[in-house]
Amino acid sequence: MRSSYKLIFERSREGRRAYDMPELDVPCACGTIPEGMRAVSRLDLPELGEVDLVRHYTNLSRRNFGVDNGFYPLGSCTMKYNPKINEELAAMFNSVHPRLDADMAQGCLRLMKDTEDMLCEICGMDAFTLQPAAGAHGELAGLMHIRAYHEHRGDTARTTIIVPDAAHGTNPASAVMAGFKVKEIKSAPDGGVDLDALRAAVGSDTAGLMLTNPSTLGLFERNIKKIAEIVHNAGGLLYYDGANLNAIMGIVRPGDMGFDVMHINLHKTFSTPHGGGGPGSGPVGVKSHLMPFMPVPVLKEDEDGMIVPDYDRPESIGKVKSLYGNFGVIVKAYCYIRSLGGRGLKEASENAVLNANYIMHRLRGAYGIPHDRTCMHECVVTPGELVDYGVHTSDIAKALIDRGYHPPTIYFPLIVHEAMMIEPTETESRETLDEFVDAMLDIAKVAKTDPGAIHAAPVTTPVGRPDEVAAARKPIVKYW
Amino acid sequence: MIPNDRKYTRDHEWVKIEGSIAKLGITAHAAEALGDIVFVELPAVDKDVAIGDGYCVVESVKAVSNVYSSVSGKVVEVNEALDANPEKLNEDAYGQFIAAVEFTEVADNLMDAEAYEAFLAEQE
Amino acid sequence: MKSYVPNTEKERREMLSVLGLESMDELFSDIPADLRLNRPLDLPDGVSEIELRSILAGYALQNEDDGLLFRGAGAYSHYIPSVVPQLAMRSEFYTAYTPYQAEMSQGMLQALFEYQTVICRLTGMDVANASVYDGATAAAEAMIMLRDSKRRKKMLYSAALNPDVIAVIKTYAHCLGIETVEIPVGADGLTDISAIAANMEGAAGMIAAQPNYYGNIEDMQAISDAVHAANGLMVAYVNPITLGLMKRPAEYGADIAVGDGQPLGLPLSFGGPYVGFMATTAKLMRNLPGRIAGQTADAEGNRVFVLTLQAREQHIRREKASSNICSNQMLCAVMAAIYCCTMGPAGMKEVAQHNIAKAHYLAEQLAAIDGITLRYPETPFFNEFVVDTTLPAQELNDALKDIGITGGLVLPDGGMLWCATEMNAREEIDFLCDTIKSIMGGIR
Repeated sequence: MRSSYKLIFERSREGRRAYDMPELDVPCACGTIPEGMRAVSRLDLPELGEVDLVRHYTNLSRRNFGVDNGFYPLGSCTMKYNPKINEELAAMFNSVHPRLDADMAQGCLRLMKDTEDMLCEICGMDAFTLQPAAGAHGELAGLMHIRAYHEHRGDTARTTIIVPDAAHGTNPASAVMAGFKVKEIKSAPDGGVDLDALRAAVGSDTAGLMLTNPSTLGLFERNIKKIAEIVHNAGGLLYYDGANLNAIMGIVRPGDMGFDVMHINLHKTFSTPHGGGGPGSGPVGVKSHLMPFMPVPVLKEDEDGMIVPDYDRPESIGKVKSLYGNFGVIVKAYCYIRSLGGRGLKEASENAVLNANYIMHRLRGAYGIPHDRTCMHECVVTPGELVDYGVHTSDIAKALIDRGYHPPTIYFPLIVHEAMMIEPTETESRETLDEFVDAMLDIAKVAKTDPGAIHAAPVTTPVGRPDEVAAARKPIVKYW
Repeated sequence: MIPNDRKYTRDHEWVKIEGSIAKLGITAHAAEALGDIVFVELPAVDKDVAIGDGYCVVESVKAVSNVYSSVSGKVVEVNEALDANPEKLNEDAYGQFIAAVEFTEVADNLMDAEAYEAFLAEQE
Repeated sequence: MKSYVPNTEKERREMLSVLGLESMDELFSDIPADLRLNRPLDLPDGVSEIELRSILAGYALQNEDDGLLFRGAGAYSHYIPSVVPQLAMRSEFYTAYTPYQAEMSQGMLQALFEYQTVICRLTGMDVANASVYDGATAAAEAMIMLRDSKRRKKMLYSAALNPDVIAVIKTYAHCLGIETVEIPVGADGLTDISAIAANMEGAAGMIAAQPNYYGNIEDMQAISDAVHAANGLMVAYVNPITLGLMKRPAEYGADIAVGDGQPLGLPLSFGGPYVGFMATTAKLMRNLPGRIAGQTADAEGNRVFVLTLQAREQHIRREKASSNICSNQMLCAVMAAIYCCTMGPAGMKEVAQHNIAKAHYLAEQLAAIDGITLRYPETPFFNEFVVDTTLPAQELNDALKDIGITGGLVLPDGGMLWCATEMNAREEIDFLCDTIKSIMGGIR
């Protein structure tokens, strides 16, 4: 049954309340607010009884789909299971004020320092900052290190960041926000970096290259050593976009591949929940030559063994976020790493790669596979011959919704026409993968015999396909 | 039908000269390729433009595209109807100009309707 | 060791054999052998849930956070109604990704639409985005909005902004080549409005805080008028918990309202995750960065919510995007909305009344102590204020620490920034002041 759902504002009845406050036990001081700064009207917020408020949000949640509801193979987003214990343990630190004197917050500071050290080992970097709040924020902070590095050497002509055309949209956007120009290079036919294009692109203006490895096609960049050499010989630095780190933990490390600076998405590889769009966390790792530029404060251990925030760093890029970062998210990532240990992290990556290859193998024949070789943690497929029946990637996505799955990432990477990027993660069982593939095969079959049924999808959801054109032409972005 | 009262660029824009004023727009092919146009970022009146400048941005739901000028000069009028009704560009690309420019120079590599039609055919 | 991989060893071998492989290693044959780690990661062995719990308890024990708290400075201890975390922790919300597939994400999209509406109603602005990382990055994004809408690369900021906000603005501005000019604070602890006009030449606008970092209530109308007189845009950085009692940014002419939503139902959590809110006028809507939820309909005419105006964003505009933001703080935004809807208009007013009352009571009691003076005795304030002490502030704080009290934040100039909220009962305040009396008396 399709239906819209009342907004909380439409449930409001004057005078109802879901809060209570104690009696004010000190004299009122409202009169101290200067006349001109006093509220001129009552806030127009909804008034509900507590049970109605609870039902409103509970029912809203039932119109949503998370990893706990079902398989969520959204490519590049690493929608693995989010352990329950980690939520509980992160809440242990809820009442710690961030401006406590360092000696009163040693637990939080030490936990952060220990997390930094573990991320260094996992990634082969020399130091980490946990300040950035998300992946794109990490990119920005990382690129600021590259900028500061060249600036402090007086090499001010290095104004260009090279970005492959297969890159996430955040890469070029982050580069511009860090004050760089962007030079986009075409990918090789296999989706990797075209070495000739790279050689032609580098020069005295090259500040650095941003790269995801495995690439956004889910393939390992076999020429990585050569790429690092070309960029470094040209005087540039190498940035690692850690969105795809889940493929390689304990197997190969960005630092050993030649990367100078990188970010991690804790809300992908390290299992912290994505919260329907955030909060994430985007720690940035650097090699020693970039350490002077790290954002303040840098955590260090003093002679008494106390962890203290160090602000006295004259070459620092400054701050990219207030306070220390998304601490609550960092705790969950710490819990995840400690739960699995080194062996468990490697096991996670191995099984993520195994699951992706298993899906790709089973889809072969029914769907197009533009780059048919061993993939890493995700695979890219296309509708193949289904487009001859008028069935496109977006239709397949909607048909998957009716079969109980969150669709893969669609129409990305941009270099593959009609791409579907499937990332199963390691936390899915074989039968989940089999059932998903069976659904994909069923869709392919129906697409040929009854394409209208695919075009009608989804039919099981609370609402049908939205009119996105109307939404963008005449934006309604609040309730009056 | 491609009107033959104006000239065309290889980026699928048109320019129609009316005395000292050049009216600029996009072709039906461009509008179709963009899909449902949801917003037209019109240039400011009085803005100086040069040949090859991206003077306007056209948005569809999933894409954005620059529109380039084939004249140099000063913008003297914009088609404000597109602000509220961007879909007019989809419905009648040749009937809707984007900006009118009091021009000092016109690009020398423009095509007439016949040449543009051939160019489109070649692109297919 | 804990494992979240459900497949057994046997099943993994079977899957490998389906692929025609003998071992996991063969899956990684694309990776050059000399690049591989070829040793185990040097990390502690994995642990069970029981062990993990005790490891984390060990860290928690090293914090001293269970005493009385009289500190704010940008992060505030407020009561969080139980419904807020419990509803936000519905796993359909918190284990979802960004709502790209609208049909199966109506819950989150509607919750965001409601959040945007709540922010608009709190600030009086026309349109809000679905959040950015925190208040400081919201201020930096507002600076970029000023640059783009005015096409000028200069912005003024009040020296009475939170120092972290200033630091983040400066970091972003340096990269973007935006000149930032500080407008000083006068002897009354308020932004020196007379300095605005002289510095506005070529500036796109100005950002000032309400209340400011020292807790003082600014004359935002006068600041806004001065900025507008010079054809600039006004950015108000506001503490949302004040808005039940104080004028909304739109009412004094703000063009952009930003701030940190932490006071609206988010735990202190050592600094994050919090939520940055951003709201603006209809005119500047398309300059607003980040996700925005919008209303539309399906073919049957049902009301449907989608992410809209996406052509502004990095995944479509790439290097032409004005912001790179992708993930934001959605769940925190939903928590803030739940908080505001739980409190309602009456609750928001009451909580603001409590804050201003408690802080004034604390200020009076402190000022009555020999050796403590209010730095800005004539200036109105909200729930924070600055005092000067004859005893060095850090010494006073160290003595308080010993009995489990977190005193005001010591400022670089030796002053102390105190805070009281609805969480501080009168007895606590009296106990604090008695304690300080004995500390200061004992030393004298």
